[in-house]
Amino acid sequence: MVASRAVGSLSRFTASRMLRCPGYICRSFTRSSALLTRTHINYGVKGDVAVIRINSPNSKVNTLGQEVHSEFIEVMNEVWSSNQIRSAVLISSKPGCFIAGADLNMLTACTTSQEVTQISQEAQRMFEKVEKSTKPIVAAINGSCLGGGLEVGVPAAFDMMLTGRGIRADRAKKMGLVDQLVEPLGPGIKPPEERTIEYLEEVAITFAKGLADKKISPKRDKGLVETFYLTELTSYAMSIPFVRQQIYKKVEEKVRKQTKGLYPAPLKIIDVVKTGIEQGSDAGYLSESQKFGELAMTKESKALMGLYRGQTLCKKNKFGAPQKEVKQLAILGAGLMGAGIAQVSVDKGLQTILKDATLAALGRGQQQVFRGLNDKVKKKALTSFERDTFFSNLTGQLDYQGFEKADMVIEAVFEDLSLKHKVLKEVEAVIPDHCVFASNTSALPINEIAAVSKRPEKVIGMHYFSPVDKMQLLEIITTQKTSKDTTASAVEVGLKQGKVIIVVKDGPGFYTTRCLAPMMSEVIRILQEGVGPKKLDSLTTSFGFPVGAATLVDEVGVDVAKHVAENLGNVFGERFAGGSLEVLKGMISKGFLGRKSGKGFYIYQEGVKNKNLNSDVDSILASLKMPSQPDVSSDEDIQYRLVTRFVNEAVLCLQEGVLATPTEGDIGAVFGLGFPPSLGGPFRFVDLYGAQKIVDRLRKYEAAYGKQFTPCQLLVDHASSPNKKFYQ
Amino acid sequence: MTSLLTYTLKYLPSTSQWALRFSVRPLSCSSQLRAAAAVQAKSKQTLAKPNMRNIVVVDGVRTPFLLSGTSYKDLMPHDLARAALSGLLHRTSVPKDVVDYIIFGTVIQEVKTSNVAREAALGAGFSDRTPAHTVTMACISSNQAMTTAVGLIASGQCDVVVAGGVELMSDVPIRHSRKMRKMMLDLSKAKTLGQRLSLISQFRLNFLSPELPAVAEFSTNETMGHSADRLAAAFAISRLEQDEYALRSHSLAKKAQGEGLLSDVVPFKVPGKDTVTQDNGIRPSSLEQMAKLKPAFIKPYGTVTAANSSFLTDGASAVLILAEEKALAMGYKPKAYLRDFVYVSQDPKDQLLLGPTYATPKVLEKAGLTMNDIDAFEFHEAFSGQILANLKAMDSDWFAQNYMGRKAKVGSPPLEKFNIWGGSLSLGHPFGATGCRLVMATANRLQKEGGQYGLVAACAAGGQGHAMIVEAYPK
Repeated sequence: MVASRAVGSLSRFTASRMLRCPGYICRSFTRSSALLTRTHINYGVKGDVAVIRINSPNSKVNTLGQEVHSEFIEVMNEVWSSNQIRSAVLISSKPGCFIAGADLNMLTACTTSQEVTQISQEAQRMFEKVEKSTKPIVAAINGSCLGGGLEVGVPAAFDMMLTGRGIRADRAKKMGLVDQLVEPLGPGIKPPEERTIEYLEEVAITFAKGLADKKISPKRDKGLVETFYLTELTSYAMSIPFVRQQIYKKVEEKVRKQTKGLYPAPLKIIDVVKTGIEQGSDAGYLSESQKFGELAMTKESKALMGLYRGQTLCKKNKFGAPQKEVKQLAILGAGLMGAGIAQVSVDKGLQTILKDATLAALGRGQQQVFRGLNDKVKKKALTSFERDTFFSNLTGQLDYQGFEKADMVIEAVFEDLSLKHKVLKEVEAVIPDHCVFASNTSALPINEIAAVSKRPEKVIGMHYFSPVDKMQLLEIITTQKTSKDTTASAVEVGLKQGKVIIVVKDGPGFYTTRCLAPMMSEVIRILQEGVGPKKLDSLTTSFGFPVGAATLVDEVGVDVAKHVAENLGNVFGERFAGGSLEVLKGMISKGFLGRKSGKGFYIYQEGVKNKNLNSDVDSILASLKMPSQPDVSSDEDIQYRLVTRFVNEAVLCLQEGVLATPTEGDIGAVFGLGFPPSLGGPFRFVDLYGAQKIVDRLRKYEAAYGKQFTPCQLLVDHASSPNKKFYQ
Repeated sequence: MTSLLTYTLKYLPSTSQWALRFSVRPLSCSSQLRAAAAVQAKSKQTLAKPNMRNIVVVDGVRTPFLLSGTSYKDLMPHDLARAALSGLLHRTSVPKDVVDYIIFGTVIQEVKTSNVAREAALGAGFSDRTPAHTVTMACISSNQAMTTAVGLIASGQCDVVVAGGVELMSDVPIRHSRKMRKMMLDLSKAKTLGQRLSLISQFRLNFLSPELPAVAEFSTNETMGHSADRLAAAFAISRLEQDEYALRSHSLAKKAQGEGLLSDVVPFKVPGKDTVTQDNGIRPSSLEQMAKLKPAFIKPYGTVTAANSSFLTDGASAVLILAEEKALAMGYKPKAYLRDFVYVSQDPKDQLLLGPTYATPKVLEKAGLTMNDIDAFEFHEAFSGQILANLKAMDSDWFAQNYMGRKAKVGSPPLEKFNIWGGSLSLGHPFGATGCRLVMATANRLQKEGGQYGLVAACAAGGQGHAMIVEAYPK
């Protein structure tokens, strides 16, 4: 602890830049003699400073795996035993990544908690060695330094352990996590990334020397925990057991409130810290490794690791590079969606035309984009200058000027087929041959939209989620006629916009809307059966949905919900029945359209945080009341009625080929619809919870309500052969 | 060459005096030798172009450049500019009414005299029928004033133009905060007592916090010194190299001052103070002394310090630019031709100060000259690190190919022809006035050393740069 210091570098490197091979660093390896046998970690000696370089082969990032552990300990032992070496610098040879954390593959490979515990103990030993080093060690961090990586670099901190949030380099300095910042360099004698690492190393070496010579004192103004929580006075208070108990309790309460008990890890972390403080660090370490082992084996851990992998998969373009890169984008309709799409495009450097029919509508949209960017300035994520240059990428207009140069047009006009046909025809008259026409619709089948197109191979669906700048998912919909290159273009643009992408086949409601619709139908029925919106919200959020079901209807918009329910109800018939459409119609007739109109199930007021129920909805619900069936109306039953309908429809989508993979189904449900992340998505949920149990539940509800709960064939197959899993 | 110099200095435990003699004397000898040799084998006999007016500099002057906060501290910018104009009138004896136009460059504007060229010209007794305007382009503002003059003459609009520049860093406009200004403006418009009272009731104490002129780049929010430090690091330039270069600049300036080579300086009787006769920022120190300074921008490990940066300076300069035939008709013996020039700009974040690197090959190409044709280089020295980074960049094929879109490097100027009468680091750098100093130093050096072509180059805030070829007027 005394000696470990960290030097960070502000990282602004993009992924594409990470691929460059740092020739300089390779060269100095060869010079550093007999140590070539090690694959992950090597070191060279500069003067009396050992420069330890981490460079996992064949990977863009360094992760903490078993080989890394053992090699690291080997290297450290050599460093400590050498008389020549007085201090050490720990640095990654990969631009933009120090250590990204534990190796997930390693954790997945473990089958028992004991194995994980053992790995954890090895890692602890490694961290302990660094902490207790007699020779000063400077960690030179360039880019991501997460989890275990952070523990190597700096002793772990309370707040960060809990939320696992990302911290920018300048904040890390303020928090006292790192001692010095090195700003990235521009072009000079060699590529910026390379020279920056070299410079970081040079600076770190001078620090290491300074520490060894006692010219620089390893003082941190305040200890880490102190920085977060405690002033001198409270640190005295912490020495009183009673006060400590109170603090544990408070933290635990806060954590329970935030996680609703759905995520076990934060509470275990508190336990571990408690053990560490109360019973000494050895007990703390032991408890940490054991708890880590237990956690790694939980369903939640499997679900979240699965999501992480799925997200990584959905951030790749399976369709290859498009023939022509999209540089000029045009968006039709400056509404909430259109402006949202514009916002996530201009700040990635896409030239974007935003077109609407009236100046007022256009102005509202432009203001939305500006506000979105300006909010980032307020949060210091952008400078005002960057905001201005991004905003300059946006051209607002009322005509089709410049569309002749567009590489892609995304229409986000009102969900009305004849209107969509009208704009498609207008646009096709002005756009060049290669231009892709994408429709942002949540339910209208793309082939119906494409029916009037002269070039249906260039027509595709791009279903964004509202609010576009916050929701990560993009659902891309291909018809029979959509060409592969068109799909590649759409995925490319989506990835540029920072989206996680699933590609699904065309059909009513595609994948996401189709899964949501039966659940929404159930929501209405549950409300009609007399469960209040507040109660329903709390039931759904306690199940793990980030947004309560009634609030979700308000967020989506009551009119949109009605529109979708009506449309899909017509197509899918009885399976989508449940609640009465009249509830939504009644609300619409009174102007309760949800958040956008200020009233829905709740009343929304600017600046008012705690929203109140809209009592006027009560009379609508009362007039359409349905008798509730007591044997399927317990809290748990209500939760499962919602979730099983969702899951059943999702599995049916896979069965029918709308979904290509279960992974995309899980990513779509979690990132687009807020399916509980702790369950990992509908398919992961079936795997972990057991298909049989879900089918049993469905049968039970089927008995009460009929066909809406009939499990689909694929689900039944999985139930009947327990070895069948969506994820092998 | 830099490394040679560095090497020698590094390994000899020299006093500054010794280093000075060693580094300066052999260089100045060889420069004369090489200059004389080079004159014979130029790529071009002259840069005169058919059907183009030749444009000449008759002469130019400047006030002594002073550390800000010293003798000029009670003046206003137009006072300094007026001193330069008066000096030019005296030096050239140009009849005031012959001057067609006056242009001045300035950076930090005094709001009362935002067209400082006009105020200074009126005060200096120029005809009130001579129009004047002020330009701004950061540290190349007076370069812009001169090239504007060139444009006016080349296009036949004018025959006689005075171009100059001025900067007074002793006094800068410090403003009320935006909130305070808004309240004051609203107050001036308020009609009733009630309106006034309600406005005053909105007053908060933080309205009084003043707004200082930004020293940071507007687009990136990074101060220039910080950028220079990063630039030096990107080009792997050590603190010692930077200190050595700064010492060289001060030593050479001291020598030039001592030998009376800085003939563009005119004495200025400051009202209420003694007459100022020479620059006061030239202070050759020792490497040991310089090594003691802490980094000024990137703390604690940066390399740019107060000693290897140019300092805040007050000063003004002016040159008399004419069409050649007019100059000859008026009986002048011009000092130099102003020939091809370029302006360049690049990334204001990571390449803020690399203007000379980009401008030099471009202007040489335009003029049809090579590095070898140039007898005198005058580069603006914002920071030691910046100059050394530019020299390294110009000498790097990798940089030329990857960032400048060129096949090969242009090569770095030989130090024995480079800023040998000192530079901005030692003479001082009044932002708006440095350009004219560079041109006059080049013209005077060419006259003195017998060279033919000189190259002026400078970087400027905003990631811009400039270079111009100056051709000696044949004797």
